[in-house]
Amino acid sequence: MRLTTRRTRLAVAALAAITAVSGLTACGKDDDKPAAGEKPAKLVVDTFGEMGYDELVKQYEKDTGIKVELRKTAQLGDYRPKLVRYLATGKGAADVTALEEGILNEFKPNARNWEDLAPLVADHSKEYLPWKWELGKAPDGRLIGLPTDVGSLAVCYRKDLFEAAGLPTERDQVSALWQDWKGFHDAGLKYKQGSGGKAFIDSITAVSNGVLFQGNGDLFYDKEDNIIADTSPAVKNAWDTATSMVDISAKASTWSPEWSGGFKQGTFAATFCPSWMLGIVSDNSGPANKGKWDVASVPGGGGNWGGSWLAVPAQSKYPKEAAKLAEYLTNAKSQVEAFKAKGPLPTNLEALKDPAFLGYTNEYFSNAPTGKIFGESVAKIQPIHLGPKHQAVKENALEPALRAFENGQADKAKAWEQFTKDAKTQGAF
Amino acid sequence: MSLSATTAPPSPAAPPPSRDVSSRRRRGRLLNRLDVKYSPYLYIAPFFLIFGTFGLYPMVRTAWMSLHDWDMIGDHSFIGFDNYTRLMSDEYFWNALVNTFGIFALSTIPQLLLALFLANLLNRTLLRAKTFFRMAIFMPNVVSVAAVAIVFGMLFQREFGLFNWLLSFVGVDPVDWDGQRWSSWFAISSMVNWRWTGYNTLILLAGMQAIPKDLYEAAAIDGASPWRQFWQITLPMLKPTFIFVVILSTIGGMQLFTEPLLFGNGNIIGGNQREFQTLAMYMYEMGIVNLNTAGYGAAVAWAIFMIIVVVSLFNFLLVRRSAK
Repeated sequence: MRLTTRRTRLAVAALAAITAVSGLTACGKDDDKPAAGEKPAKLVVDTFGEMGYDELVKQYEKDTGIKVELRKTAQLGDYRPKLVRYLATGKGAADVTALEEGILNEFKPNARNWEDLAPLVADHSKEYLPWKWELGKAPDGRLIGLPTDVGSLAVCYRKDLFEAAGLPTERDQVSALWQDWKGFHDAGLKYKQGSGGKAFIDSITAVSNGVLFQGNGDLFYDKEDNIIADTSPAVKNAWDTATSMVDISAKASTWSPEWSGGFKQGTFAATFCPSWMLGIVSDNSGPANKGKWDVASVPGGGGNWGGSWLAVPAQSKYPKEAAKLAEYLTNAKSQVEAFKAKGPLPTNLEALKDPAFLGYTNEYFSNAPTGKIFGESVAKIQPIHLGPKHQAVKENALEPALRAFENGQADKAKAWEQFTKDAKTQGAF
Repeated sequence: MSLSATTAPPSPAAPPPSRDVSSRRRRGRLLNRLDVKYSPYLYIAPFFLIFGTFGLYPMVRTAWMSLHDWDMIGDHSFIGFDNYTRLMSDEYFWNALVNTFGIFALSTIPQLLLALFLANLLNRTLLRAKTFFRMAIFMPNVVSVAAVAIVFGMLFQREFGLFNWLLSFVGVDPVDWDGQRWSSWFAISSMVNWRWTGYNTLILLAGMQAIPKDLYEAAAIDGASPWRQFWQITLPMLKPTFIFVVILSTIGGMQLFTEPLLFGNGNIIGGNQREFQTLAMYMYEMGIVNLNTAGYGAAVAWAIFMIIVVVSLFNFLLVRRSAK
């Protein structure tokens, strides 16, 4: 009798304690799914870099009465781990999530994490660059992303530094300097001579990006997603071109403090500019250098570095409205607005023909007709198959090896060995 | 416990003790005994429950993950101890281990010596504005680690960094700080030292303050110099505090993550040839950055845990023996 009371009391006490604590943890439960058709009070949009959505989002709020929270992350490298955490835990993802090409490829094998947008929005398949639209689809056929922008390539260069080194400054003449990569190297050497030994480009990894994304064949993966990094002629070509430029490089790896500071200090005179990079170049160079930059075409024709899609995570509570918002942000008019604001290049065919786009000149870049320059190069882009872990191979195998060579930590053969070895581990999936 | 004193059953007075009263009294006594015996457990229960939820559960879960081929956002399958066998022959894991120990040695040893020295200074009775100095020495620890890493990252830059600028005055060529092992280790441990020396100083100082003053007085009367007092009184009496500080530093040093990560501009592989990738960074690379090797990352996490246990034990024995 006594024993039972003691036990019951203990049990009651323990139970009380457990309920108290579980009350603490239970608040994360997902039991607040809205009723069907209910209008969301707020939609969240996650972007990285600069996608130029500030004004568009304000307009959307005005039009629909739905509040939109725009969460910006400056660098893709910070953006991705957050996104992975949201997906792995099933919580926290924005209703509309921007996916860069590399990330998108990585997520494609597990497409169930994303809403199929095809039933949620009108059929836009004919309105966008066909290859770009196709890349937004997963192998299982679901439409994961609506195309936002492409990373059509150009070269940003400093007019004042070119002039001081005795190079032509007018953009057509500059473009004519480098019909191919050899010509680019020669121009670099000439600059180096004329400027008293100053570096011409920011880094050889930037060069390798430029060559890689011109898409002469498969890169790290073949069409069946087998890793071919060590045998791919396109990779070897990028490697050889990049390593040959080491004598004109400022050795400032992209996104490093040396790199972002270098824009202001003029430690290099040219860099590769996908159109989304224009905003970054002007932000880094600051108002003092306004009008000193200009845009010329890239050696060896067009190329596509990066570019994004808008997707709706399956965990979004308002997939329908989120899809509508993504549709709005990627329509022809919005793409032109975003381009004018921050430079991401339209993927919508109508936007690409829009006089407001084609006639746009960028004040910061000496009034360069960026709409015309980038619009023309879009047509030259060859679709490239990137494969699931393209980004990891590029960032954690190819670029470190190139930098090791550039900084003199390894000779060419050693660096290549490092790359091929790392490519195998980074590329396995 | 004090509860039992105030709620003790009222002494049975006028009414004759009936069966009801005696049973009530018995119940009261029972409650009393239960209270004394079990309520302390109830009081400490919240900690253990929270620890169970946020400490133990993740550990068990990580152990479970480490036995799987686990895709962060996809499928997983059981593979037993394969991840651990793979770990043994993983060159980059050993590389990270060497880096971690290198940076750990470069930061912990000078840091603790300096902290001991500073604590001894602050412990002097003659020092003016003691509170000011004690607070000032703790300041670096209040600054966010990210800010520290970013500022130091700037100082150690190749082109516009302060240290290379200073070196140029003595005719030394600019150092590519993140280009070699020794220089990157040096840069990273300087951040750690800057941030944690004051913290350890305060803990050691607290330990020193607990040493009875009359010991020093007696020693002074016997003619012992301050130096001798330090060796013969302070150090031996400080042993428990010192062990505590050593263990704390060990745990911190083995988990070093933010400083090397930000030093390398956020690249998880820590340098072009992984010159300063620490174990924690390698765990993050495998567990979070590479989506499909989360199970392997979990195995790395457990390996780090075991290493911390072993190193802490080793340090504990070492400190206990040498400072007896």
